[in-house]
This record gives sequence, C-alpha cells and structure tokens, in this order.
Amino acid sequence: MTSSTGLTLKNIKKSYGKTEVLHGIDLDIKLGEFVVFVGPSGCGKSTLLRMIAGLEDITSGDLFIEGHNVNDIPSAMRGIAMVFQSYALYPHMTVYDNMAFSMRIAKEDKATIDERVTSTAAMLQLTDYLYRLPKALSGGQRQRVAIGRAIVRNPKVFLFDEPLSNLDASLRVQTRIEIANLNESLKETTMIYVTHDQIEAMTLADRIVVLSAGKIEQVGTPLELYGQPANLFVAQFIGSPAMNIFTVTLIKSGELTSIQSQNGHQVDIPIKSHSDIENQTLSIGVRPEDFRLADQASCMLSGTISFVESLGEVTLLHLDSAESKVPVIVKIPGIINKHKGETIYLTVDADKTHLFDANGISLRYL
Amino acid sequence: MQSIPSNKSNRVMMSLKQMRRSPLMLLVHLSVLLLVLLWTFPTAGLLISSFRDKDQLAVSGWWEALSSSEQNLIGRTDAPDQQVLLDGEYVLAGKIEDFNPKDEILRFGWTSQEPEAYLAGSVAKMRDGGTLTVAGDGRYSMASPTPFTGSRGNRVFYTALASPKFTLDNYDEVLHSEGIGQSFINSLTVTIPATIIPILIAAFAAYALSWMRLPGRGILIALVVGLLVVPLQMSLIPLLQLYNTIGGYFGVSAKSYLGIWLAHTGFGLPLAIYLLRNYISGLPKEIIESARVDGANDFDIFVKIILPLSFPALASFAIFQFLWVWNDLLVATVFLGNGEHELVLTGRLRELLGSRGGNWEILTASAFVSIAVPLTVFWTLQRYLVRGLLTGSVK
Repeated sequence: MTSSTGLTLKNIKKSYGKTEVLHGIDLDIKLGEFVVFVGPSGCGKSTLLRMIAGLEDITSGDLFIEGHNVNDIPSAMRGIAMVFQSYALYPHMTVYDNMAFSMRIAKEDKATIDERVTSTAAMLQLTDYLYRLPKALSGGQRQRVAIGRAIVRNPKVFLFDEPLSNLDASLRVQTRIEIANLNESLKETTMIYVTHDQIEAMTLADRIVVLSAGKIEQVGTPLELYGQPANLFVAQFIGSPAMNIFTVTLIKSGELTSIQSQNGHQVDIPIKSHSDIENQTLSIGVRPEDFRLADQASCMLSGTISFVESLGEVTLLHLDSAESKVPVIVKIPGIINKHKGETIYLTVDADKTHLFDANGISLRYL
Repeated sequence: MQSIPSNKSNRVMMSLKQMRRSPLMLLVHLSVLLLVLLWTFPTAGLLISSFRDKDQLAVSGWWEALSSSEQNLIGRTDAPDQQVLLDGEYVLAGKIEDFNPKDEILRFGWTSQEPEAYLAGSVAKMRDGGTLTVAGDGRYSMASPTPFTGSRGNRVFYTALASPKFTLDNYDEVLHSEGIGQSFINSLTVTIPATIIPILIAAFAAYALSWMRLPGRGILIALVVGLLVVPLQMSLIPLLQLYNTIGGYFGVSAKSYLGIWLAHTGFGLPLAIYLLRNYISGLPKEIIESARVDGANDFDIFVKIILPLSFPALASFAIFQFLWVWNDLLVATVFLGNGEHELVLTGRLRELLGSRGGNWEILTASAFVSIAVPLTVFWTLQRYLVRGLLTGSVK
C-alpha cells in the first residue's frame, strides 16, 4: 500500500441471506481522486457506497482506507463523511448545531468547534443561516448544510449518495459546480459519488465506475467510457440518447475489419480483429451524433422518420429502419427541415464506430 | 425531505373537496355535533351545579340556575324587648332576621302547619287577637293587645322568591372538610410517576426495537403486541400475591405507592412500546445513519436525535397514560390502601357517594375537582395527541 492510495476494495461481496447483490468488486482509488459510481437502479452502487461508509456489513472481501483495513471499524472511526440524498439534517437543530454535532460527540472544545463551523459556513455561504432550522432553508441551502456537516469532520473520504436528485434542475447545475469546486479545494480528500445521472458523472468524475447487476462493467475517465466503451452495456449506458446497435457479419479480419450489414453494405472499420471470429455475427455501435446526412448513392443506412425532436441546438430524428428492430436515433446539429414520414439516408465515419463480439465485449479490448 | 409530488397533493385536495360536498360529510358533521352536545351538556351541568347554593340546588336543576326560585324559609321577628306601645297595642316591627334583601317574599304564615297561609302584604290573624303583616321586602309588623313575652322573637314562615346565588363554599367544603384536597394530592402522587416511568422505559424499548440489531427482535415486538390484548384483571391476584411475598420479606406493607407505580407501569407498557415503536421506526433512516457516521453511539442517537424528534408521540402517550391512571379505581383499590394519605380521588368519590349521596353540592364539586386535571392536561396537550395519533398513518 503506498500512501497515494485513497481506497482499495478487494473482492468485496455482499449478500442478503442467500441473494448475492455484489459479486466481487475490485477497485483502487487514488488519494484525492473523484470517483463516480454510476449504474441503473438496483445495480448495487448505493450498497457499495454504504459498505464503504460502514452502514452495511461487508459479507466478504477487504476494504482499505489509506492502507488500513477498515472491515470491522465502525463508520465514525473510518475517517469518512457522508452526504445523503435526503440531506438527513437533524430537523430539531439549527444549522450551527447540525454542523457542530459530530465535533460535540467527539468532545472537541468549544473554540475549535466554533472556529471550524464558522469557517466552513463562510466557505459554503451559510453564515447568514447559521441559527436557522433546516425547515427554514431552501433545498439547495439544506444540501450545502449537509455538505458542510461533512466538511467539518475533515474526512479522508467524502461519500455522496445521489446528493442532487432532490434538487430542481437549475439548482442541480449550480450545486454540481459547487461540488466540483469543493473537490478542487480539498486536494487530499478522496471523493466517491453515487449517481444514476450520467451528466453528473461525466462532469464531476476523474474516473467513472460503471456498475451493472452487482459487477463492475468498466472503470475509466469519462471520455474513455464515451470513446472506448468496453462492452455493449457501457456503450449504451454512457451517452444520451443511447448508442444505436446494429447486427452485422464479420467478413474479413485483420488490422482493418470488414463487416457486412444486413442490407449488404460492406465497410472497413479501423479496429483490429482476430481471424477466429470471421463470419461470426457482431454488433456495431454508432452514436446518434456520429451519423451524417448523405445522398442515396453513398448512404450506409436509410430509414423513415417516425418522430422529430427539435431541440434547437440539435435535432433528434427517430427512424424506422430495416437494419434495426428498435428505432434508430440520429442527432443532427442545428435545425433541419425534415418531417415525419420522409425517408433519409445516412452515413457514418468508420473510425467512429464500435464493434462488439457475440458476448458484447468490445473488439478494442479483446 | 417533505417533497410530496404535487399531483398527489392535488388529488388529496380534490378528494377533500368532494368529501365536503357529499351528504356523507353532512352526516359526519351532525354526528360530531351530537357527540359534542352529549359531552358538553352534562359537563356544563356539573360545573354550574357545583357553584350553586346548596338550598337552591336542592329545589331546581342547573338549567334554572339563572332564574329565581321559590324557597320555604323560616325567620324570626325581633325579640320581645324591642316592642313599643302604640295606640294601646303592643307593636313589634322591623326586618325578618336572616332575610336576604335580594329575595322577595311571596307568602307567609305564622304556624308550621300553615306556612303559606297569607299573601305578602295581607294581615294575618294570630291567636289572642294579634295580627302579623309581612311585606314583600321582608319588613314585618306584629301587633297584639297584650305584651309579647319570652326571650326570642316569633317564628315567621315564609316562601320567598330567591335570586340566583353562586358560591365557592362547596369547593371550600369538599377541599377542606371532605378530604378531596388530600385525595387530589394522593392522585397526583400516583399519576405523575405512573406516567413518567413507563414513558421512559417504553422510549428506550421502542428505540431498541426499531433501530438496534438484536436477535429475536421480531418475536419481542410480536410479544408486546400480544400483551396489548391481555386483560389486566387477570394479573391482579398474582401480582398482589407477589407484592405480599416481597412486602413480607422486607417487612413492609404490600400496598404502597411504589407498588402502584410499578403496577401502572406494567399495565401501560405494551401500549406505550407499541405506539412509540410505530412512531420511532417511522423516523427517517438517513438521519440515524447520518448521526452514526457523525460518531454518535446508540445512547447519543437516542438522547440527542430520537427523543427530541419523538416529542409528539411521547406527549400523546403521556395523555393516554395520565388520563387512564387518573381515572383508575380498580388498580388503586387493589394496590393502594384506604388511609387518608393513600385514598385516591376516584376512591374518595365512591365513598362520598355512599356517605353524602343526597348532597349534590358536595358531589358535583368533588366531581369537578376530579375532572379539572384531565381537562387541563387534554387542552394543553391535545395538539400533540392529534399529531401523535396521525403520524404513521398520514405523513
């Protein structure tokens, strides 16, 4: 264990009775890193966070915080602080008392408490609200109190459990920026953030951990996950609208992979493939924003528009295509004049596509 | 934290509005009104009666308390040594002794056989040629050809229209000479500890049964709920036997305040634990987890988080327990003696019913003394009662 390790998870498993919900999580988080756990609901991301917080027992495996095994250490002694989705402020205490609670439990002297609370409040612009009860605060202020309550503990690891999901949209953006700034200012503090909102994940994270059904699907920087998803799940989970998937056949392997689409188009894709998967059925993924309008002659895909979403900055077209059972979604920049029922022709840059084998693993990672 | 989706609250509002319009709501209003009348009338009657003069109370009901009532009274004339000789007749004149100047005399008489023989202002013929006139305002004049003798004045019987009279004498009497005052203190001595002890125990138990991991928690909760339906009469004799044994061992009486506190505590605990557990287990889990992350142990969480947040539930149970113990007669009869310093209010009332059954002024005043405390408790804490009962069902 080097001192630059913030948190290490070794084969962490969690079972409720006979049901195993986490199937062995291995993860290294560097000191001061901002890691986001993201995944669909029920994937175990909150459970994992609660295990790190010490609110759930670890069924098997080892958890190290800055090199110390904390499996059997109670939450309060782990050097962590947690911000809950519902803020979990103590409703009968003022903001000051809320923030001072942990230090009073730890029997710190009054001057220290006062100094820490006041400076934290100033940092979070809560000074004017110190003697109010939580019910007299707005949602954003409550969330800041919850964060302040975590900061005063001076934790090694900061845990956020979907902290923004109770806020309205504009406040969410604002608080997201505040959390990013907080991360900047607390360089030595590792932060783990759970969310199902991929925008929060992409904007905040140094690294994102994508979880699904109790397993890690991929760990990487936001742009790694976007640019080189390791598998079909990550490919479709990251990015909005989700990546379009088509079934193709691999006809020639090598440094350039030749594939044939169901309608007979052949394309060479600059992804290396192994000869033993030749003639197998693969999946090709194309992000909605990677399509370009083309004419009939040079098109790779055609379809009838079934729905148009004009958002101003972009236009989303939903296409019914022979290539795909589910509607194909195409994102075209700006405003275009297309209507329901029209047939359009599309092409894709070959280097922007993703290929997945029969098991859904990206050929880039084979 | 308290964000209800707006469409849901709208729906609730809508259904309330519909309810208000429906004929069912009218029925609800009517039955509430009926219930209110059913309770307030006797209570008001008791209150008014307890302040009335005992003679008036004996002849008319409380609803006539503000109107004058006819009363048969006896007064006396002045003593014979006040008589004067006027035109050859001996005359005694003045005001009837003890006559209330606010009253008005309707009829009078001079013998006990015929106390209402003459109208006020008319002249009554007495024996030996004497006459007696009594005016409505209580003035009389009595004349006789022979001198009046004796040391006291003549008796005058009269029927007066008495004006309404309200007095605190009844309370003075019951509190000081009928022992209600002492019993009041005895009742408080029983009730206050018998309310506080079970709340303390139950709050601890409710926290443990809601938030602490312990083996057999579910069975314990089921057991507590099961105890709710056990009639307390079943345990009176075994408990008293136990008290006798323990009392005999230590050489003290089996009937003591400590004994009745513990008995009431035991009888109140199942309901207390059940109510408080429902409330405490409904508190947001995150608050408790947050406190745990902040370093609080179970005792800190209980004292600093749970207790302040459970105040409505504690208060609502306190009202229940207080009223039940205050009004209890059975447990007090079994576990407490009959001495002056042990007899509770309910017991004293029962005794008064036997010994002073005809004295309404005593009974009504005593009853009202015993009602006063529950009424005060209810009115000061009723908002918690409603809130405490509603939480859990309506958030």
